[in-house]
Amino acid sequence: MEQVINTENNVDIVQPNGVNGILPIELKEKATALLSTLSFPTTKTEAWKYTRVGKISNKKFDIQKSQISSIKNYVIDPNGISIVFINGFYNASLSKLSDSINVSSLSEISEIEKNKIGKNIQLENEVFNTLNTLYTTDGAIIEIKANQNIHETIQIIHIITDNKTISNTRNLIISQKNSKASIIQAYFSENASETFTNVITEVIVKENAHLTIDKIQNESENCYQIATEQISQEQNSTFSINTFTINGGLVRNNVNINIEGQNCETNLNGIYILKGTQHVDNHTIIDHKVPNCNSNESYKGVMYDKSTAVFNGKVFVRKDAQKTNAFQNNANVLLSDDATVNSKPELEIYADDVKCSHGSTTGQLDEDAVFYLRARGISEKSARQLIVSAFIADIIAKIENENVKEYIFKNLNENYNFEL
Amino acid sequence: MAYTENELASDLENQEYKYGFVTNIESEQVPKGLTEETIRLISKKKEEPEWLLEYRLKAFEIWNNMVEPTWAHVHYDKPNFQDIIYYSAVKKKKYENWDDVEPEMKATMEKLGISMDEQKVLTGTNVAVDFVMDSVSVATSFKAKLAELGIIFCSFSDAVKEHSELIKKYMGTVVPVTDNFYAALNAAVFTDGSFCYIPKGVRCPMELSTYFRINEQGTGQFERTLVVADEGSYVSYLEGCTAPQRDENQLHAAVVELIALDNAEIKYSTVQNWYPGDKDGKGGIFNFVTKRGLCERNAKISWTQVETGSAVTWKYPSCILKGDNSVGEFYSVAVTNNYQQADTGTKMIHLGKNTKSTIISKGVSAGKSNNSYRGLVQIHKNAQNARNFSQCDSLLMSDECGAHTFPYIECKNSSAKIEHEATTSKIGEDQIFYCNQRGISTEKAISLIVNGYCKEVLNQLPMEFAVEAQKLLAISLEGSVG
Repeated sequence: MEQVINTENNVDIVQPNGVNGILPIELKEKATALLSTLSFPTTKTEAWKYTRVGKISNKKFDIQKSQISSIKNYVIDPNGISIVFINGFYNASLSKLSDSINVSSLSEISEIEKNKIGKNIQLENEVFNTLNTLYTTDGAIIEIKANQNIHETIQIIHIITDNKTISNTRNLIISQKNSKASIIQAYFSENASETFTNVITEVIVKENAHLTIDKIQNESENCYQIATEQISQEQNSTFSINTFTINGGLVRNNVNINIEGQNCETNLNGIYILKGTQHVDNHTIIDHKVPNCNSNESYKGVMYDKSTAVFNGKVFVRKDAQKTNAFQNNANVLLSDDATVNSKPELEIYADDVKCSHGSTTGQLDEDAVFYLRARGISEKSARQLIVSAFIADIIAKIENENVKEYIFKNLNENYNFEL
Repeated sequence: MAYTENELASDLENQEYKYGFVTNIESEQVPKGLTEETIRLISKKKEEPEWLLEYRLKAFEIWNNMVEPTWAHVHYDKPNFQDIIYYSAVKKKKYENWDDVEPEMKATMEKLGISMDEQKVLTGTNVAVDFVMDSVSVATSFKAKLAELGIIFCSFSDAVKEHSELIKKYMGTVVPVTDNFYAALNAAVFTDGSFCYIPKGVRCPMELSTYFRINEQGTGQFERTLVVADEGSYVSYLEGCTAPQRDENQLHAAVVELIALDNAEIKYSTVQNWYPGDKDGKGGIFNFVTKRGLCERNAKISWTQVETGSAVTWKYPSCILKGDNSVGEFYSVAVTNNYQQADTGTKMIHLGKNTKSTIISKGVSAGKSNNSYRGLVQIHKNAQNARNFSQCDSLLMSDECGAHTFPYIECKNSSAKIEHEATTSKIGEDQIFYCNQRGISTEKAISLIVNGYCKEVLNQLPMEFAVEAQKLLAISLEGSVG
């Protein structure tokens, strides 16, 4: 596509209110220069074909500090470490740190250390990445030291509390050699609507390291969110990311994984259960650059009411990436005639000694199964819920952290009367 | 003695494109370039009615405001539209009967394996052929016999003169002028093609076939095919194409429109064997084709294609399942070797209730080629109980080729069932070993395995074509062991 020159330049939707972005000046200068040439993606932009960003692009969002009294409702693992951001600003009094691990907020580290940030984030043609880079207010820097097995769960809790507020958070997670850790990234809103959470998380998984991220999105149905994870995996490492979209008005997840070292394992799982007019777009890229790696991807969705779901998964297998095994699956259940699902599982393969497959299904509940259950005295409503629960059960079974599992059960039961 | 990879490689290089010859026959051409004048000239030469000229000029205006699309997964030097000869016709007027045909032309058809001689047909195949060389239709066989049943099968130019009311009614209804860049270009400059009309309730007793041949240097081929199957009728239509071996890239931009009215069935099979370019990727045909069919109530359209030729292929035979209970099918084998590139697939647009579609796509990439499946399955809101099954497999034969799958699945109806699955892998060493062990050479084993892999699609072809296609597959892949 030819570059569209944006004459009006209405891309800058952020009102900084005197707050300066925290990232190094060179990065911000680059972002400022780019911003004047960028425009918002339209449905003609291939990567945004099914998601309109009008709700975000026609508004102005404030950057503003705020305070809340308690985070009781937002702590998923009470025994874990928590690092809390309110409207994109680190809140020391609500956070709970531990000596076992280096966790700090971006605002606490030296300028030199900040140079580690933004190495793999593409700004060209990425208007939301550019906005985040220019206006980053804060973020979590987590370094898991070499040879350490961290038993405590590390929670990064993002809460947005004011109407028409933007949160530009930037996290950096580094798993050093031979380390093992599990992280929860959770997103909430408190009495806020028309907010825009624009978060980027950079992840580096070094040799032999194991890292799991459970991503829980539970903002209100009037909130918008674009969450990007940029991951780079070195040899013999294992990385898993589980994305659970429980609520949110417009949610876009970008999970980009570069596999740079051999013998890696990569797992992506996701569940999205939508109602009302929710719109959830899961966009994943797995780039197999080297041989002998495995990746597994499975996303499942259930759509009620007038909701829309988008799945776009892409697997690249580069020329030298022989002996790659890549599996991709997307399954959808439509429970309303007004719901829409758009699925686009893509494979782009340039090596021959590979095993790659993908599948995508869209359907409804099996009426025979409903009948079977009803014949055994289960009410129709329960029968349907039971089948929906069973549909997502295999993904839920992959969650290792019991607290996460419990939190998802609790919320699905509350929102959809599931009996999980 | 085992067959070594080196032997295979040398065999491949020696493998000539069988149809790469040029027929020495006098032809009449218009000068290179594309202006309003060119279009007026083409229209005048073809003695067209005023409305068709207006249609062309309107299309030209639309095309002028369009930009060549770049979304396909192919790379090529854009054709220079001012450097193409848009009209090239054999000088001799249309042959009235077989005896008038010049020996050169007869020899060409013989070399291509086309039988026009109705007398001889009794012993051989039973196929009516429309032979299109460069810009015009040269001969059509069995016209009289088909006319007895009320079937119209003739060149597009004849149809414009003799059946203008049908052409006016149906042309451009499935592929409108504004559809895409190459469809608009075609609408402006199309020179000939085939037209076929099957009346109500008639089952066409023989296969109808069009053979497209590019002969002259510097020409582009822009033909239009329109098949209308009236209520309750059936027709099986075949299409074949070849071109001489040249260093330049020639453009082929056709439009095919199928209309299946209530309860009708159209089966459209293509064996595409345009010159694919040499082993270094020099020359070859750019095959940018728009093919689409419209199904009314209970109608069925089935596309079968075997794509082995062309330097760049860019086509998506599609079905608009407008009527309730209509059925769309797409069976495809696309083979790419050397530097060939293919971006092909289908679109199944489900509008009516209880519509069904099946997509079976088998890609085989060898050499340094790239082969993409791109497909759209769209279930509209009112398409109750729509059903789709898609299977897209890719076979990789070398470590320098690419196989890609880009399916688009859009569903707006909760009673629809959609399944899509795709796999990519290479031929297993154990499979080849198994064959070797039983005394089957590696070369033969590969041919065997590929044929088995494509069987599902080849089975859909009419018998005469299936045999041809199997041979073609073997030739296209000869020596491509990875």
